[in-house]
Amino acid sequence: MSEQTPVSPPDGETTETDEQTTRETAAATDEGSETTNDTVSTGAESVVAALEQAGAETLFGVQGGAIMPVYDALYDSEKLTHITMAHEQGASHAADAYGIVSGKPGVCLATSGPGATNLVTGIADASMDSDPMIALTGQVPTNFVGNDAFQETDTVGVTQPVTKHSYFADDSDTVGTDVGEAFALADAGRQGPTLVDLPKDVTKGETDRFPGQPQTPDTYNPPTTAEPEAVDVAAAALAEAERPVILAGGGVIKAEASDELRAFAKEYQIPVITTMPGIGSFPETHELSLEWAGMHGTGYANMAITNTDCMLAIGTRFDDRLTGDVETFAPDADLVHVDIDPAEISKNIEADYPLIGDAAAVLDQLHDAMPVAYEALGTSSEAYEEWREQCQTWKDEYEMEYDMPEDEPLKPQYVVERFSEVADDDAIVTTGVGQHQMWASQFWTFTEPRTWVSSHGLGTMGYGVPSAIGAKIAAPDKEVVCFDGDGSFLMTVQELSVAVREDLDVTYVVLNNEAVGMVRQWQDGFYEGRRMASEYPWIPQFDMLAEAFGARGFRLEDYDSVDEVIEKARNYDGPAVIDAIIDPAENVYPMVPSGGDNGLFALNGDQLGDI
Amino acid sequence: MTQGMDGPHPDDRMRPAGRRNSQGIRIDPEAEATHQPRKAVLSTLVKHEPGVLSEVSALFSRRQFNIESLTVGATDDDEVARMTIVIEEPEPGVDQAKKQLAKLVPVISVTELEPEAVQRELILIKVDGEEPDDVNAVADMYDGNVVDASPETITVEITGSQQKIEAAVAAFDQFDVQEVVRTGAAAVERGAEVLEDERRKTTEVSNTTATPETATDD
Repeated sequence: MSEQTPVSPPDGETTETDEQTTRETAAATDEGSETTNDTVSTGAESVVAALEQAGAETLFGVQGGAIMPVYDALYDSEKLTHITMAHEQGASHAADAYGIVSGKPGVCLATSGPGATNLVTGIADASMDSDPMIALTGQVPTNFVGNDAFQETDTVGVTQPVTKHSYFADDSDTVGTDVGEAFALADAGRQGPTLVDLPKDVTKGETDRFPGQPQTPDTYNPPTTAEPEAVDVAAAALAEAERPVILAGGGVIKAEASDELRAFAKEYQIPVITTMPGIGSFPETHELSLEWAGMHGTGYANMAITNTDCMLAIGTRFDDRLTGDVETFAPDADLVHVDIDPAEISKNIEADYPLIGDAAAVLDQLHDAMPVAYEALGTSSEAYEEWREQCQTWKDEYEMEYDMPEDEPLKPQYVVERFSEVADDDAIVTTGVGQHQMWASQFWTFTEPRTWVSSHGLGTMGYGVPSAIGAKIAAPDKEVVCFDGDGSFLMTVQELSVAVREDLDVTYVVLNNEAVGMVRQWQDGFYEGRRMASEYPWIPQFDMLAEAFGARGFRLEDYDSVDEVIEKARNYDGPAVIDAIIDPAENVYPMVPSGGDNGLFALNGDQLGDI
Repeated sequence: MTQGMDGPHPDDRMRPAGRRNSQGIRIDPEAEATHQPRKAVLSTLVKHEPGVLSEVSALFSRRQFNIESLTVGATDDDEVARMTIVIEEPEPGVDQAKKQLAKLVPVISVTELEPEAVQRELILIKVDGEEPDDVNAVADMYDGNVVDASPETITVEITGSQQKIEAAVAAFDQFDVQEVVRTGAAAVERGAEVLEDERRKTTEVSNTTATPETATDD
């Protein structure tokens, strides 16, 4: 430990005194508190102290000039582990996945200029999916800001549109408080990314101000429960419905409301559809589950979501990949919309019954209100019986299936399905973006929240390799499988070096069709088969590439060896890569063309031609 | 080639009867509902700190809200500034703009003012100086003041409601107008109604965050 100056007496400000007192009380009651960690001498040390106070454990980052003081302070931290990533984009995706799996903000850090701009894709990704994350970026010293100094970028300006808030720390005395506030803000209400830009003179500068307990900004007051009257009216609408569905979004998982959702759906026997980010909020093995709806959702989910007369939507922002054409989206439905962010209410689809609050709390309120609503109408959830049967009929009529002709190459769906059958029940699946992502979400059976880790809103190819690293570090005892595509894998393959160095037991499955398959599918469907820049005739051999990184590589080409290769890769204690050579002609179905009518999804190529 | 799966053709499926409009609002098929744009004055209290103006204006541009004017200035509290934002949007847009604005961390409160709220704008018009008497006469009609005069040009200052300002601009059109500078609206609710910093009601102790000296954006 370096020599440190003791905490100076409070300087007379009331708030400062309060903070000091709170901290000292907290330290006194914490048996394991280390006395060496409650003083700071520089801004950088107060940044580290703030992260420790906030409960951060792992940081994903890349070194560089302007962030060096923070790294130097990390050298002495006993509570924080730093994972050096190959590229800053990898750091932001790993932190994002860490946030999804652990439920608390993932931390990434990078230097100024290119370090910061390389983080931006991951920050934007976290913003679209409301994933909790805090990014710390180095910045040139404040007296150079605005001079186009070496590695200077207006990081706050660049990131402001894709964060909940971007802070510019301009004072060594308050930089720790800024970091604590950014951490608390990322975690509070509707989760999302925040950023603190850290000029080098601020982090190097002297201070003895130990940051207080992290607090959200005083202007930020997320709602908790919904108005009781509004809950009663919404319950009455659900009770009155004949064809109700629940649409569970990612917000259910973020709010830890999966138990409340399950209790509600089972008690009142209402079919459950999830959005893609909502996968895992409700077990896909349950008879009420219709799995997920949208562009490549199941036929039965899209039939139900189109024909429902009352939708209870929880924690979803009605993305266009879910709704298709809004004019034909659930057009008969009274919409009960539960969300913690008032701005999501009636943004894309008008809510007839807005319930603003925390998903778990509002589901409890609704749960309690339903019996009264049924009684007032003289009905019960038995009235939904006919509708439930209709949904079951659709599950048979539109069953998710695929053919496996002997004379055609390996089908990707089979690989996903076989892996799902042997994997642990609580295994975590991460993906890149593209066809493989759709097959993974369609043919893997999800039963638990925080087991599906993907890039939804931003659709970031390259999310797969680093997200598996973040997921494994957040849940070291769980099996982690990453399905990736060959195009997506190549975008961030360098992070494999991190998985090897950190000895992470992760299985990567590259569903390799030697193409940017989803683009190729669209070109075939909507651009007369003109395959411009979508095929990769020059693809590397991924099993050999894996070996070069120090991971285990497997090549998988035929049905007979699927089980064997999966077993070998799972049993290998460290990162393994299966290069699965799949049918390059295979397309993703069902499909609602972009901006199309959800009810008119195509089950196959012929139907796609007809709509 | 085998692709996809079997199942009922799209034409043979159960279909709902209803429809929504492009804003996601369920519509009566007999009467297509379209909301006309309306003008709204949003009086917004913000933390008086660097970057607020750019954060607010960036929000309006990236969400494509149609902004007519935006003024920002100090209030009686050094730590709080007031922005008066005039937008013109169809109904869901006005509501959405208010909610998105309220989400920004430096924004303390967002209030839409009543249409009858007091609204004033200041304008400076620089016209050719060849007909000073006529210019003076028109300026008088609008309670304007000549604030600068030279042999070449005359500059007139007028304060008033948006309607009055627009009428004045039209009236000055008869002269050779060299330049027009408008401030955008400043507005305040009539009567006893005041906008308050809600934070003061809940916490006696003032905020714990850094106190910047001035806003640098304006």
